[in-house]
Amino acid sequence: MPDRSTISRRTALGLLAAPLIRPALRIQPQSIITKPIPSTGEALPVIGIGSWITFNVGNDREARNACTEVMRNFFELGGKMIDSSPMYGSAQEVIGYGLNRLGNPDALFSADKVWITSTARGASQIENSRELWGVPQFDLMQVHNLRSWEGHLETLHAMKASGSLRYVGITTSEGRRHSLFEEVMQTQPLDFIQVSYNILNRRVEERILPIAQERGIAVIINRPFQQGNLIRRMKRQRLPDWASEAGATNWAEFLLKFIVSHPAVTCAIPATSQVRHVKENMAAATGELPTEAMRQRMIDYVEAL
Amino acid sequence: MSEWWTYRLSDFLLFSADTYYRLFELYNTAIWPAHIVVLVLSGLWFYFLIRPKPWSGKLLFTFLGTTWLWIAWGYHVSHFTSVNWAASYYAIGFALEGLLLILAGGSGKARPIPSNTHWTSRVGTGLIGFGLILQPLIVLLSGRPWTQIELFALAPDPTVIATLGILLLVGRIRWLLLPIPIIWCLISSATLWTMGASEFWMTLCAAGVALFAVRPVHKKPYSVY
Repeated sequence: MPDRSTISRRTALGLLAAPLIRPALRIQPQSIITKPIPSTGEALPVIGIGSWITFNVGNDREARNACTEVMRNFFELGGKMIDSSPMYGSAQEVIGYGLNRLGNPDALFSADKVWITSTARGASQIENSRELWGVPQFDLMQVHNLRSWEGHLETLHAMKASGSLRYVGITTSEGRRHSLFEEVMQTQPLDFIQVSYNILNRRVEERILPIAQERGIAVIINRPFQQGNLIRRMKRQRLPDWASEAGATNWAEFLLKFIVSHPAVTCAIPATSQVRHVKENMAAATGELPTEAMRQRMIDYVEAL
Repeated sequence: MSEWWTYRLSDFLLFSADTYYRLFELYNTAIWPAHIVVLVLSGLWFYFLIRPKPWSGKLLFTFLGTTWLWIAWGYHVSHFTSVNWAASYYAIGFALEGLLLILAGGSGKARPIPSNTHWTSRVGTGLIGFGLILQPLIVLLSGRPWTQIELFALAPDPTVIATLGILLLVGRIRWLLLPIPIIWCLISSATLWTMGASEFWMTLCAAGVALFAVRPVHKKPYSVY
């Protein structure tokens, strides 16, 4: 019978050292669909992960571990981009907890936001976010909902110039402030924009997405399931027999593939706290993407429901 | 906030229903076995309400004010802020109401007198009973496990509902003490409704009933034909 105290000590040491010695999660890039970030050509998987609501679980250890499992599966399935904001309660801290438990995967593409009225305090908020994530620096920092955008963009461009940030972006959601959003896109050097878009809310197709294509700006799509309302509604309906022709075997794939098949869209960031859902979502980054004709067929079908 | 009219309540919800309910479970676990003490004290509190003594007002309002102060710290600051940054503002509101209740009790102007003949008093007693007994039971009957129970003196909603009730039993000083409980009822109800929780109606109805019961009644002058 082994010495219990020895095992206990060894186990304890192993647990403490786990983040240091555990190899970075192996990525399986063989079948993941990626799109290039126009400003650099860097390939990004078309499905990322958002953290609004789903990762805001506070100090609940059990729920934090569940979020970590979501992240583990996300990385194992070839995911890269995780997106958050200081506005999302404890989500940044929960992401940092998960990344630490997973040994800080090399694959991570960290995307966060600056969300504060005072532009003078923008840099300190970004630094606080970085500490919560536990990353050396962010890949992408976005001005959340264009809040104090002029001052924050100055800060972000200075960070990018100094090498402490790789990409700069702006965000909005649910079609808000699109006029100003277009103006900023036209006048500022941006790597990314983040907007809401789904099969029933296609307003950004009119001007935002064409401008992004013209200006060479990567596009992240938030709220692809309309905060879950869209997918809940769709799951009550029958998936069309021809869904497999669109590369979809379930509604999550159907809705996500519609989004990421738009030529201007770089990736979508559905949020979830369930491993089953992240697997469904990541399946949308595999196989074939719908053609233009198929996209129209998908729209016609969903609008007729 | 520009284009404020485009925002919906769901745009301000930062957490899921599961997270919200788990918060009560973690809170209850953290303070156990305080529940036993609180249940005994709540029973005594109700006894001195229906069997009033000359000093009942001070006792009842001091205890009630203390529960508001505790909820400000023990629930809002120590737990709710972990998922909702607005909870720090809720804590300020609860602390302020707690102090006001204690001051009102100390002033001797808050002397609740239950009456079987005055209907406002009957409504007030009913709300107190609802906050003490029915609200926690309904929460459990809605399918949540008992570990997520919300008890008077420990959780915001039943405490606020019972507070509305006792304020119907006192005089004009209630106008100073009513606004914060009413505001909380609206916040709580909106939060639960946005989360899709079936029990959203409880605080909303409690606020509505309390406001209806205390509305100024203008007696019509006698008509002479």
